[in-house]
Amino acid sequence: MIPPRTLPRLFAGAGERPNSLTQHLDIFGGNSRVEDPYAELQGSGLLGRGGAGFPTAKKVELLRTQRGHHKFVVVNAMEGEPAAHKDFRLLSTNPHLVLEGAEVLARLIGADRIAICVARDNPTLVNHVERAVHERARQNSRGPAIDLHTPPWRYIAGEESALVNWLDGRESLPQFRRHKPSILHIGRGAALVDNAETCANVALIARYGAQWFRSLGTSGHPGSTVVSITGAVVQPTVLEVNVGTTLRAILESARADTSPQAVLLGGYGGLWVGPEMLDAPYANDALGQAGLSIGAGIVVALPRQACGLVESHRVVRWMAHESARQCGPCAFGLPAIADDLAHVIRGGRDGVSARTRLEERCASVEGRGACRHPDGVIRFVRSALAVFSADLDHHLAGAPCAGARDRQRYLAVPSLEKEEELVWE
Amino acid sequence: MGVIRRHGQFVIRVNPILCDGFGHCAELAPEIIHLDEWGYPVIDPEPIPLADVGALTSARYAERGCPRQALFIERIPEPGAR
Ligand SMILES: Cc1cc2nc3c(=O)[nH]c(=O)nc-3n(C[C@H](O)[C@H](O)[C@H](O)COP(=O)(O)O)c2cc1C
Ligand code: SF4
Ligand code: SF4
Repeated sequence: MIPPRTLPRLFAGAGERPNSLTQHLDIFGGNSRVEDPYAELQGSGLLGRGGAGFPTAKKVELLRTQRGHHKFVVVNAMEGEPAAHKDFRLLSTNPHLVLEGAEVLARLIGADRIAICVARDNPTLVNHVERAVHERARQNSRGPAIDLHTPPWRYIAGEESALVNWLDGRESLPQFRRHKPSILHIGRGAALVDNAETCANVALIARYGAQWFRSLGTSGHPGSTVVSITGAVVQPTVLEVNVGTTLRAILESARADTSPQAVLLGGYGGLWVGPEMLDAPYANDALGQAGLSIGAGIVVALPRQACGLVESHRVVRWMAHESARQCGPCAFGLPAIADDLAHVIRGGRDGVSARTRLEERCASVEGRGACRHPDGVIRFVRSALAVFSADLDHHLAGAPCAGARDRQRYLAVPSLEKEEELVWE
Repeated sequence: MGVIRRHGQFVIRVNPILCDGFGHCAELAPEIIHLDEWGYPVIDPEPIPLADVGALTSARYAERGCPRQALFIERIPEPGAR
């Protein structure tokens, strides 16, 4: 059975409840399998959906050539980005597609264990995944063992080396790696870490092949992808879209404001873009030319009445809290960058010097953490300064827009002390 | 040790998780390591030729003198050579 070439793919058969294993086999076909899944994966051009967009086949190749037993496949469904809900929705719809993909990956690299990681802070999701894992264990006893792990949620818990640390019995803190890409280990076993949506795509590729997979998407970024849309929307929405469709079309389908002030692409380690990017194809090959990427599939539409700088400050403040505080430049640099941004937003003479200092600090901290957390924050800050540059001038002149005075906030930030919020009386 | 390789280049790198920020390295190798405003080392990522004996000696001082063993010298082969 070759399913139609149109959407939905990952969300095929979506209903109120997660699809059971029997339903899963009905929807996707009992025993449709390609002959050589590795060749199909290589031919598919699948890019990882966890944020970095690295070719999945290359990671698999690295792990395949590793000797030794007891390799692991780690399914990353930690969803650290506060504006992301895609892995949650995917696992609440087709959990068996994700698990099946992990099993395919396990066979490809010769792994005998699969660890699926879901934040314990989302009990509904934990429940869905637990059920699916049990169902699989009962109905198909062959294949690698699947264990569910539930680390506490925090932004960096989903960073792959932090996740592996947790699985190895340590705190979920990122590791320093001399070279990247490098192979992560759990005990003595090499681990392949892939995002949940990546795994689901692997399952589809192993069923229907590369050619089918490439019938959606762009040549450099094939397939469909799952987007979480928040901000100026009636309701936060998760959509599966054809890669290469425009941002405007995505906003339209999500019933979001189609002429927002700006859009945040990729999440809190991503970038703001102005309305001129609304007609750009939503695909890494096209966006890459402007130094952008879809990241982890997050789209936040900033309403026209909001103050982009105040919103950005809240995000930066929160991201500074989320530093694992292992590395000096990140532990001290990010709070200092957040302070500078607050000074800039408050404006006046202080603001002008704070702006210079902010740029200097960004340059000094960049690239000096063990993980990419600080670099993500710095990218985000720089894009805010660029996209909201007209507002920035008003703030520096001591005349912020009305949005800054309004107390309504649009970007989801899990927790911030009252005194950390910028408010004008 | 002691053999000075004239070909190729090196950079000195720091493991920021191990580094405690007391800044000893900047005293041992002031021409290649500076400190940021919080006392953590800032190292120019530009490779230095191994033939620069002075810089290499300082780098080795810093590498051996770092109380946290957070510093390491990384050799970079000459472009084209392997
Ligand atoms: C600070 C930080 C946080 C991350 N959080 C997540 C996360 O919550 N979920 C995720 O899938 N990947 C996350 N990643 C990316 C992972 O490190 C890794 O690249 C990804 O799981 C690889 O999967 P993929 O190749 O399928 O994209 C994060 C990366 C960084 C630097
Ligand atoms: S860079 Fe920041 S978040 Fe990353 S390991 Fe270092 S302290 Fe932790
Ligand atoms: S001597 Fe070592 S621990 Fe001390 S600041 Fe330099 S690199 Fe860090």
